[in-house]
Order: sequence, then structure tokens, then C-alpha cells
Amino acid sequence: MVKILIFAIMAVGWNIMSGYGGMFSFGHAAFFGIGAYSVAYLLSAHGLNPWFGMLFGAMLAAIVGTVFAFLCLRYKLEGSYFALATFAFAQMFFLLTENLEFLNRTEGINIPILQDDSWLMMQFHPTSYNYYWIGLFLLVAAVAVSIWFVHSRPGRFTTAIRDDEVAAESLGIAVLRHRLITVALSCAITAIAGGFYTQYYMFVGPNQGFGMQVSVDAIVPAVIGGVGTIWGPLIGAVVVGGLSETIADLVRNPPAGLEFLQGLSGLDVAIYAILLIIIVVFLPKGIYGTIRERLRK
Amino acid sequence: MSKTTNFSPEQTSAHPPLLKRRQTRIILATIAVAVLLVAGVYLLGGQPTRLVNQALISGVLLGGVYALVSLGLTLIFGVLHIVNFAQGAMLTLSMYTVFMLSTQAGLNPYLAAVLTIPIMFAFGWAFQAGIMNRVMGDTSHERPLLVTLGLSLLIINGLLMAFGGRPAAVESPLAGSISLFGTLVDRPRLIACLGALVVGALLTLVLRKTPLGLAIRAVAANDTGAALVGVNVKRIYAMTFGLGAVCVAVAGGLMAPFTSLIPTAGEQFTTLAFVIVVLGGLGSIPGALVGGLIVGLVQTVGSLYLPGGGSLLLVFVLFLLVLFLRPQGLFGAKQ
Repeated sequence: MVKILIFAIMAVGWNIMSGYGGMFSFGHAAFFGIGAYSVAYLLSAHGLNPWFGMLFGAMLAAIVGTVFAFLCLRYKLEGSYFALATFAFAQMFFLLTENLEFLNRTEGINIPILQDDSWLMMQFHPTSYNYYWIGLFLLVAAVAVSIWFVHSRPGRFTTAIRDDEVAAESLGIAVLRHRLITVALSCAITAIAGGFYTQYYMFVGPNQGFGMQVSVDAIVPAVIGGVGTIWGPLIGAVVVGGLSETIADLVRNPPAGLEFLQGLSGLDVAIYAILLIIIVVFLPKGIYGTIRERLRK
Repeated sequence: MSKTTNFSPEQTSAHPPLLKRRQTRIILATIAVAVLLVAGVYLLGGQPTRLVNQALISGVLLGGVYALVSLGLTLIFGVLHIVNFAQGAMLTLSMYTVFMLSTQAGLNPYLAAVLTIPIMFAFGWAFQAGIMNRVMGDTSHERPLLVTLGLSLLIINGLLMAFGGRPAAVESPLAGSISLFGTLVDRPRLIACLGALVVGALLTLVLRKTPLGLAIRAVAANDTGAALVGVNVKRIYAMTFGLGAVCVAVAGGLMAPFTSLIPTAGEQFTTLAFVIVVLGGLGSIPGALVGGLIVGLVQTVGSLYLPGGGSLLLVFVLFLLVLFLRPQGLFGAKQ
């Protein structure tokens, strides 16, 4: 359940940059990992409170993302080239963490475990509902921010730029600045999801933080639910998360007649890959986007 | 450099042509820089000459393998203008096909590789004709990308379900190594590297001399124009994707003998193939060959100084530099 919430926060973050901003990112793992590692490193090495760690991670991710996006936009990388650049960017962070001594290389960082539950240190017994409440709170906050953003002036400018850059610019909209604001916001939200991930699993390694799978996990819920809509990423996260938990149960205790599924790994991702292809081919606006369009007619 | 609006329809004619003759200057400059760097490593690098020799030879061989995987990617991008995220997964798929044919049917792995070619062609053709052609055509590049991403996840996890995660191996009858300039060269790797050159040459021949190649080049240059003069564009798309799949089939067949076969074995090649084709110029065949060599050399020579994954990091730094400073790549057409 908490996993679904993390997926959802990430997808909401991705959606701001790629859905509303029109800058297709294939490397959100970079920002998720920055958030996750900020919390883990600052807590384990300097004893910094994870709430502040999360805030710090969000700020760091926003700064890094802005600088990177500035370079990309400055050199006019668009379309596939932009997607490839973000992808390479995340891979660089992955390789960097694998080679940095203070981030414990490939072994990753374990969070020091406390004796008692503590709100202050955001650490509870693994089955505690408190994680769920925190995740829900973060998600509601992320959605609230994205609703506010979409209806704000910079948000409207951003969608205008996405729809027609030249027209927007000729109307006097500062294209570069608004794009960078969008990127910074998106990266910050994604980093918060990363920080929460570290606190929940009490561990982060290069693969969990910066692996390519993380970028995919940010994209897929948003695409399945509906890119560029507020509720799409949430619906997508529920579908993907629910699907993967159902299948995990199914593989653990297969019903009669399906015993061959026992312990089979890969089934969940294979099914959501098929779902992804079907949605992209037949419902390009995603589940929520398509329903909304039908209702409007 | 002006804008790189690669994806607006009115600029498709400015796309990097698949084959260009006027590239001598770039080739010479690249060679000069490479020679200077290598000389620098020899004279000032502070490493024993024998080690550098070995690194150079392994770099060239590794580069050949990389080039082989990248050829298909660059062909698909040059014609369809889409980034095929499933290239690495298709490579794994063909390696498992070779594995099945050689262990279950008892064939020689290199014969199995030849049999894999039509299988992978059919696979690529069917995927493009059945699924991808539905998402082509509109201005967004995201939908094809997402579909290939889905395919990649599907292949990897399908293989995981079918074969499990335990590594498998294909035994080559030609295993062993030969001595070259005082260094040891693994024979299957040498064969793979030569295979890359042969496939590159054959691909060039097909594109330049056959009617199919003419149609493919026409679609690559301007698909609307090609359709107007009677080329069946969707059919050409499917054929091209099939040819791209053939490249990975050959790559998979030649690489299977020295690869530890797990469902994610091809993953790292997707990443590297992107680096290589962007380096060489998306859509350029000589670019893919040269890019492969450069990346292979950077990786092996770099690992003399940066142990572990550090040399791979160097490759990515190079990639971002190229993207920023010369996004059309070494051999891409100037926009």
C-alpha cells in the first residue's frame, strides 16, 4: 500500500514536467535517487533529522534538475534527444554512486534503526500505519501543489509553451524561465518520494535510487492513468500498484489449477508491460484522460 | 548551430541521410585525435606498454561488438525517427533463441545464429506492422518510445518467467584465444568484431544497391514524398524494423558464446548503443561503427586509470558533451 503511494507521488512529480511541461523525462530516477540518498546520507553520517533531509533533498534535486534542464534547453535538445539526455543523466548518477566511497558504493546505505517509534525521526515499526498516513499526507500535498500549479499563472504559461512554443514566446512569455520553474517543481516532488522511500525501507542502494527501473516506475503510472491530467497519475498508480500486489499474492499462493505460477518472477512486470502497450496504442490519453473526454462529449 | 527541431515534418529532408560520402574530414579528424590520445597514453600514461597494447586490442574488439548492436538502432532511428528502447531486450531475445537452438536442437551456435536471423526478422516485422505502425505518424515521439519501452519490459520479464534468472552459457566450438602483437585475443570476440564489419558492409550494400534500399532511403529522407511516388511507407517501416532486428540477431548470435546469459544481459547494451549512435550521429551507419570503436576504446583504456565502473562514467560524460556540443553527432547532417 505504501508502495502505491510512493509510485503515485513520483508519477505526480513526473507528470508536472513531462505532462504539463511537455519535456519528456526518461531520467526521473536521478531526482528520486537524490532525494533518497540525501536522507540516507545526512541521517546516517551526520544524524540530520529525515524531515529536514527530505527538504534538503528536494531543494538539491530542484537545483540539479534546473541546471541540467538549463543546459538541455540552452543547447536546444528536444524530443528524443531530450529524453536520451535525461536517461544518460540518471545513468551517470547511478555510476557515480556506485563509485563514491562516502555513499558506500554498490552496498548502499542503511538507516540506523531506532528502538522505539518516533514521529520526529520518521521511523516506525515496519507494519505501522503511520507510514501510510505520512505517505498519504505527502501525496495529498503533492496533488494540491500540482492543482495549484496548473491553475496558477506560471502553470498556464507552461501549458501554453508546451502547446506552441513560438506562439507563447511571441506573446511575451518567458519560455526558458517558466520551463525551469516547471522542472524544479517536478524534481522536488520526485525527490520527496525518494526521501520517503528511504525512510520506509530503511535502505537505499544505487539500484533502488538511480536504477533505470525507477525512471520507468515514474513514467508508467502517469501514462496508464493519463499524461497531463491531475488525477491520471493517481489512477495509474492505483492500477499498477494494485496489479503488482495482486500478482505478488497470486504467485505466492496460486489457486488450484494455476500451480505452475508458484514462485514465478517477472509476471507482474510482464502484465503491466502489456497493459502499457495496449494503453499507449488504443487509449493514448490514458484511462482518466479518455473517460474525461467521453464525458465531455 | 541552429535549432535542432528534428521532429517537425517540414524539416524531415534535413535528416541525417543514411549514407554520406563527404565525411573524409570528420574521419581524418577523429583518427588524428584518437592517435594523439593513444600516443599520449603510451608516452605519458605511466602504464606498461604491454598493458596498453592489451587495452587497445580489447577496446577495438569490444567496440566491434558495440557497433554491431548499434547498427540496428541507428537504422531504425534513421528511417522511422523513433528511439527503439527494446534494442537491448531484442538482443537478449536473440541470444536466448541461439541458446535454445544450440542446446535443445544440438546445433552449432554459429549455425543457430544464422537460423535466428529469419526468426528475428519476422519478429521485428510483425511488431512494427502489427503495433508500431498504429502509433507512428503523429508528431509526438513519445508514443513509439513508450511502446518500445513496454516491449522491452515484456521481453525481459517473459524471458525471466521462461528461463529464470540463473545464468546460462552457450559453448562455442571455436573457444580459445590467439596471440596478436604479443597480446591474447579471445577468438569468439574476434569473430564478433569481424562480423560487425561484415554486417555494416552488407547493410550499406543493401541500402545503396537494391530497390528495397532505395525505397528505405527515400522514406528516410522524406516519407510524405516517398508515399507520393508510390512507396508503401508502412511496409518500408516494417521492413526496416525487421532489418534492425536482423542486426541484433547477428549480434546476439556472435555474442552468445562470451556472454553470461541472463534476461537482463542486453540491458547495458541499450544504454551503450544510445551513446554510440548519438556519438556517431543518429541514423548514420559509419557513425555507428566509429562510435562503437570510440566507446569501446574509452571504456578499456579508461579502465587502466579508473577501475570499476569509472570508465563507464567517462563514456557518459562524453555522451553528454556530444549531445550538448554536437547533437547531430560526428557523422550526422548539419541542421
